[in-house]
Amino acid sequence: MVTTLYRIIRNGFQSFWRQRLISVATLTVMLLALLVFTSVLIFNVLATSALNSIQDKIDISVYFKTSAPEDEILRIKQSLDELNEVKSVEYISRDRALEIFKEKHSDDAAINQAIDELSDNPLSASLNIKAKEPNQYSLIASYLDGSSLGDFVEKVSYAQNQVVIDRLASIITVSRQTGIILTFILAIVAILVVFNTILLAIYSNREGIEIMRLVGASNWFIRGPYLVEGIIYGTLSAIISMAVMTPIVYFASPYLKVFIPSMDLFNYFITHALGLFSYQLLFGIGIGIVSSLIAIRRYLKI
Amino acid sequence: MINFQNVSKRYNGYEALIDVTFKIVPQEFVSIVGRSGAGKSTVVKLLIGEEKPTSGRVTFGHYDVSKLKSGQLPQLRRHIGTVFQDFKLLPTKNVYENIAFALEVAGKPEKEIDDLVREVLDLVDLGTKSKNFINELSGGEKQRVAIARAMVNRPDVIVADEPTGNLDPFNTSSIINILTKINELGTTLILATHNKDIVDRLGRRVILLEGGKVATDEEKGRYTA
Repeated sequence: MVTTLYRIIRNGFQSFWRQRLISVATLTVMLLALLVFTSVLIFNVLATSALNSIQDKIDISVYFKTSAPEDEILRIKQSLDELNEVKSVEYISRDRALEIFKEKHSDDAAINQAIDELSDNPLSASLNIKAKEPNQYSLIASYLDGSSLGDFVEKVSYAQNQVVIDRLASIITVSRQTGIILTFILAIVAILVVFNTILLAIYSNREGIEIMRLVGASNWFIRGPYLVEGIIYGTLSAIISMAVMTPIVYFASPYLKVFIPSMDLFNYFITHALGLFSYQLLFGIGIGIVSSLIAIRRYLKI
Repeated sequence: MINFQNVSKRYNGYEALIDVTFKIVPQEFVSIVGRSGAGKSTVVKLLIGEEKPTSGRVTFGHYDVSKLKSGQLPQLRRHIGTVFQDFKLLPTKNVYENIAFALEVAGKPEKEIDDLVREVLDLVDLGTKSKNFINELSGGEKQRVAIARAMVNRPDVIVADEPTGNLDPFNTSSIINILTKINELGTTLILATHNKDIVDRLGRRVILLEGGKVATDEEKGRYTA
């Protein structure tokens, strides 16, 4: 058993080395597939973080009349919290609003002086509402309109920004869908290309497989070395792919930061290197083994 | 030892073998002759389980070849050495590895493999070419490698299907001499050929196939077609 396993592994390495041309061709195709696969993974991370940072900027605010009592506002906040569509509600009291305003204009002496001269705080309390999904803002807005809050509410910001919010919401939705479809298509293309290459590589060895059958080799003794080769292809291409990706990401990272300030791609790449490598290893070895198994089937019938 | 009982084989309406019956006993040297298309190769394919008979029964020792499943064929084939017109050697392995492969598949230990392979390499006079790859050999040398591989695991029978079909007269007689020697050492030999000279010179049992049927089956026969 151990001897057989040793021979299978040795034959796998031997055939990988002795058919270098085929091995290099297969390896290259597998490498390209892995690069596509990894790029898609990284692109998805980038797109998600870009979309999230945009989505995070969207909210609607309810401004209350200065006469609205605080416990009434907190009651409304609680009822909003209970809505399924609402992710978070932030209460900004009149005092807090004033603080924020002062901070913002701390450099402007004229404004500071003007505020100090006022006897009363002119700012309204407000609720900042964030929805779970960007297309839910209209629902929340209509809830605010519908409920009998009219007495306390000064204005709801959604009405002014409705067009922008709706457009952003649809852009985000479409971007996500496109991302998923693109990932799916590219993954399938990569799998098919690798599969075909391995199919051809094994086709060029079909006579050898038939000869092994005639000499009395069991099917696993014949298949084994091809699976070993599949594992070699997967491992090598995953290693090379990481070696190729690292400098690319390193140099691209600063440029991406201009577009998405919240995203440090190189840092992300380094902290997730092990995971990315495992994904590629899994993808490479998996497709190597499965393609070999399928391709070899027909030649084992003799 | 080998028994063909009323065996017929049909390929898409074409009758390759019709009701063929014969027996081969241990240590016999049997030539199966006939022109191309008479059914010689079909007999070989049925014997090693590469094809299944349309009707009838093929047995080898305690194996009912016509009933063996794909997974059981390797066991059967380790008892049969095969030699073909096109050699059927592995191009990515060298001479030594090609011969050793027949023992590796049976799980023999390395030491035993090494001894046996060197022994047969000397027997076919290829001791100096053990590291050469197949494409570096002449036709006669290739066939000698194939014979070495066929005999290395001491099979009960060696089946040679037109082993001299691609060889010149000199290499032909050298191959036939080796086969004769193997037979004299106790291995049953089945030789499928259409070479009249070889068969007549051997003076052993001859089964003549014509149109898929056994025309004659004679001890010390001649190829008189």
